[in-house]
Amino acid sequence: MKNLTALLLLLSLSFGVVASEGIQLQEANIDLSNNVSLQRGAKHFVTYCLGCHSIKHIRYLRIALDVDVDPKKVLKDIAPEGANIYDQMHSAMNAHDAEKWFGTQPPDLSLIARSRGADWLYSYLKSYYIDPKSPRGVNNLVFEDTAMPNPLWQLQGEQYAEPRKNIWGHEYTNLVLKEPGTLSEGEFEIFVNDLVNFLVYVGEPVQIERQRIGKYVIFFILMFIVLAYLLKKEYWKNIH
Amino acid sequence: MKRNRITECNEWFLARFPLTKLWNEHMAHYYAPKNFNFWYFFGSLALLVLVNQILTGIFLTMNYKPDAKLAFDSVEYIMRDVNWGWLIRYMHSTGSSAFFIVVYLHMFRGLLYGSFKHPRELIWIFGMLLFVALMAEAFMGYLLPWGQMSYWGAQVIISLFSAIPVVGDELSLWLRGDYVVSDATLNRFFAFHVIAVPLALVMLVFLHIVALHEVGSNNPDGIEIKDSKDPWGHPVDGIPFHPYYTVKDLVGVGVFMLFFATVIFYMPEMGGYFLEPANFIPADPMKTPEHIAPVWYFTPFYAILRAIPDKFAGVIGMGGAIVVLFLLPWLDRSPVKSIRYRGGIYKKALVLFVISFIALGYLGTQPATPTATIVARFFTAIYFGFFLLMPLYTRWEKTKPVPKRLTSVHSLEEQLPALIEEITQIKPGSTEIGHPAFKSSFFAIRPNPKGIKNLISRLAKNVKGSLD
Repeated sequence: MKNLTALLLLLSLSFGVVASEGIQLQEANIDLSNNVSLQRGAKHFVTYCLGCHSIKHIRYLRIALDVDVDPKKVLKDIAPEGANIYDQMHSAMNAHDAEKWFGTQPPDLSLIARSRGADWLYSYLKSYYIDPKSPRGVNNLVFEDTAMPNPLWQLQGEQYAEPRKNIWGHEYTNLVLKEPGTLSEGEFEIFVNDLVNFLVYVGEPVQIERQRIGKYVIFFILMFIVLAYLLKKEYWKNIH
Repeated sequence: MKRNRITECNEWFLARFPLTKLWNEHMAHYYAPKNFNFWYFFGSLALLVLVNQILTGIFLTMNYKPDAKLAFDSVEYIMRDVNWGWLIRYMHSTGSSAFFIVVYLHMFRGLLYGSFKHPRELIWIFGMLLFVALMAEAFMGYLLPWGQMSYWGAQVIISLFSAIPVVGDELSLWLRGDYVVSDATLNRFFAFHVIAVPLALVMLVFLHIVALHEVGSNNPDGIEIKDSKDPWGHPVDGIPFHPYYTVKDLVGVGVFMLFFATVIFYMPEMGGYFLEPANFIPADPMKTPEHIAPVWYFTPFYAILRAIPDKFAGVIGMGGAIVVLFLLPWLDRSPVKSIRYRGGIYKKALVLFVISFIALGYLGTQPATPTATIVARFFTAIYFGFFLLMPLYTRWEKTKPVPKRLTSVHSLEEQLPALIEEITQIKPGSTEIGHPAFKSSFFAIRPNPKGIKNLISRLAKNVKGSLD
């Protein structure tokens, strides 16, 4: 038994070392049943993101059906001019120009919420700061030297990085808003949250439906287990 | 009975095909030990998952495109635009992980009760071949979604072959069909994944079961039930597989489906273990991900590979970790099969082996820091120690006498009423409330600290006793 305890001790030690260190991400408030938030998020996406980033795995009609908006209203309020309701959400920018302007092609964002996670996206969009050393004049705390300029700077305002020390003496960077934008801090948080909420929905449009159906499936299986168990008991009552 | 067309057809068919004989031989008159426990569910569950994988796989192939330009998008097309495509795909992706969970538990059952020992060596060999085929199937299937992890995982694993001296580079080139993993690789992996390996799997399952039914099933006591037969030639401790184990396995199937459905509907990514986050990014040959880790079911072997400093030696070590399992029937020199009658050393060795397997699995998912590598080496040594020292410790240890007939252990279900009685007490004075029925009602029941203490100390004693 003694060597077992030693083993476990060794294990716990090693795991402590392996644990990764990184920037504390801020938590996004994801609620896919909030259709109003999703509608706002879709509109924000088309206004601020679709210029460069496509979300080609979703169609306008699907959004209309899932977030409960009239398809005509989607075309009028959300989709860009000239879009068809059956269209996938493609960006208007062509790959050649993108390469020239940004050095890389802006990725399709259909699955970004599944590869990066909601909290990462939320923190990323809020963590731009002015950095004169960077070629674009801005940098990001979550994704250093990102090729993407801050599309939301007019809304958020200008943030500056200030090195700080916490009570244990560890250094960290704090972002301070020096030049306020057109939105207040609270409004901007809601804005980014709506956008991330929408991207989480786009990552897997069937999520809500899946969880709704799951209840019935699990109920059915529970009933099946009870019946199967009673059947087994009946058959086995004479086996000792 | 009135003869009609249907009975005539039946007779015509049965005169030409031994359906009744087959059914009786393998189901209705196949005698299985009556004391199968929890660990004996996983064989039939593995078969269930195999059927699930084949059926969902057929539907996936209807919309999947094995083309480096189209593969990733076609998977998303299945997830979004194909009716119920998401369900089929999640059943398939969750099924692959479930397959390994079920198979690992099935193999562990073999280690517990010595199911690989004489006369069942061949069943074990077929089972191991199944395991190898399953790993090949899973590895090639994982490339098909053509995500970053699919691509780089395949790149890393195929490059392992290039560590083989002399023929290595040529061999890996031949496997890939290109200098890097590319469309050619995707196409051939698709061919292997959907037809070649599944055929091998189905044939091996057939051989596994035929071999099993020839010698009969082992049991938790590790006794041959065929040694004591009744006057009609049936094993006294055996019961026909059908209906007894078909209905019992049905309960197992239900419980399995409960877990399976919970994962599919509520956590299909399983925290990034069943579907890795990096695999939602399309494969990019120009961009290596920071941290490449195989899917969880390969990580124990991957950790062994990384633990060994030399690349070729690592490949040998990883292969050896699987080859050594094939040799198990000849490494074990114990006169008894079941862990119930083995001495303490085997029990401790098995505990250490399980710990090392899980720890290696965890380490395989983590980046290889220097400390992690040292810990992985330590557990690799335990992993191999369990097998390579087995001829020694199984011969030394003192085993307990094996009974002639199956022992009966009370099932949890039979023990439960007595246990509940022990840990509860009826609150005295609860009659004051007035109603006489209240006394025996739920509200008057209080936990009994003394009973709980007894129970815990008994449990601790049992655990300690079973280890010595």
